[in-house]
Amino acid sequence: MKCEFADSLLQGYFDGELSAPSACEFERHLQHCVDCAVELVDLDLLRGRLQVAQLYESAPALLRKKIRANLRPVAAATAKSQPLLWHWLAAAAAILLLAIAGWRVNSMLRSDNYQAELAEEIVDAHVLSLQPGLLTGIRSNDEQAVQGWFKGRLKFAIPAHDFANEGFALQGGRVDLVDERSVEVLVYASTKHIINVFVWPTHGRDTAPQAGSWQGYQWVDWRKGRMEFCAVSDAPRSDLQQLQGLFTN
Amino acid sequence: MNDLDAEDRLRFEQLVLPHVDAAFNLARWLLRRREDAEEVAQEALLRACRFFRGFQGGDARAWLLQIVRNTCYSWLEKNRPREMMVEFDEELHPQAISTPESMAMANEDRERLTRSLESLPPRFREILVLRELEGCSYKEIAAITSIPIGTVMSSLSRARRQLSSALTGSYDKEAVREV
Repeated sequence: MKCEFADSLLQGYFDGELSAPSACEFERHLQHCVDCAVELVDLDLLRGRLQVAQLYESAPALLRKKIRANLRPVAAATAKSQPLLWHWLAAAAAILLLAIAGWRVNSMLRSDNYQAELAEEIVDAHVLSLQPGLLTGIRSNDEQAVQGWFKGRLKFAIPAHDFANEGFALQGGRVDLVDERSVEVLVYASTKHIINVFVWPTHGRDTAPQAGSWQGYQWVDWRKGRMEFCAVSDAPRSDLQQLQGLFTN
Repeated sequence: MNDLDAEDRLRFEQLVLPHVDAAFNLARWLLRRREDAEEVAQEALLRACRFFRGFQGGDARAWLLQIVRNTCYSWLEKNRPREMMVEFDEELHPQAISTPESMAMANEDRERLTRSLESLPPRFREILVLRELEGCSYKEIAAITSIPIGTVMSSLSRARRQLSSALTGSYDKEAVREV
């Protein structure tokens, strides 16, 4: 005979979905219900097993390509009838797509300029994000709030740190697309400049920071702990290097 | 996709395209075959694009997954009507484990989990995928599947119990009747 709470409160408690009073009520119940206590452990074991097995299946590259191909021609056809701003944005999008295409070809060769080419794409994404109304994401200087926002939107997400005391105030975060993959973007403000830090998982080893510039924007790219970071801004390069130092320490 | 102007297209790229993985993953588990999932995920994205103007902001992932789910079910009804009726697929029901030692192999466990998950009725499979693989909240699951939050909880409970039973190979008929 299973406990009457097994189908309701128990599940909500396990999934962290109960309100505080309900959670308290259930915890009182747990103290004298062995069935529920055992069930909680079983649920946890099952979840652990599902996680270890990595059953999540990401979309194949070809599917992404097809979906994007369906979107692309429309841009050229409709941009003509749009106001000037959209001409400019369509051009920016075209640059982005070219950068992606360029990087795709080159990525097969894994050239020495790998990071430089990727950084160019990221600079374009950074520029695009500065357009009014296009920055979708969370606007907050609360580390927990930003981190919470990423949870569920990305399968990976590094903690969001506010470096306001060091001159880099956390502004928020968003999810962006780089090489057709979702990446975490942390947004910082230093004096008059906005800095975007793009973060995504990599299989590569840790690397020392590499720097460069593209169309007047500075970028600094580094890898640490199976994650790749790329900071982009119109701020001086030394600012980005300082922020890089804060990230790696 | 001819209806989108440049502004909407950019919004679509920023809001919806980051969730292509989620769309494919849900389709893969609902349809159980990658090739079918690719076809249906693509169709769902086309639909999403067509109706994007009707999307007034909010949770883009939940919105897209709702479309993916409906597209999957209508595809199943058309192409594999039997499957929609099946409450528990006996053919896919995993055999009893040979030895506990063999379970130690991570790959083997992945295989077992896959077969067990695929043997569940689509509605149970769906809710487990949304919760355990996609990390959706109850509220998001309710929005995607159009069922009340209370039902999300009880369905999850039964889905988890069925999955555990399928894994241990001691699937009991009681659970079937509960579906």
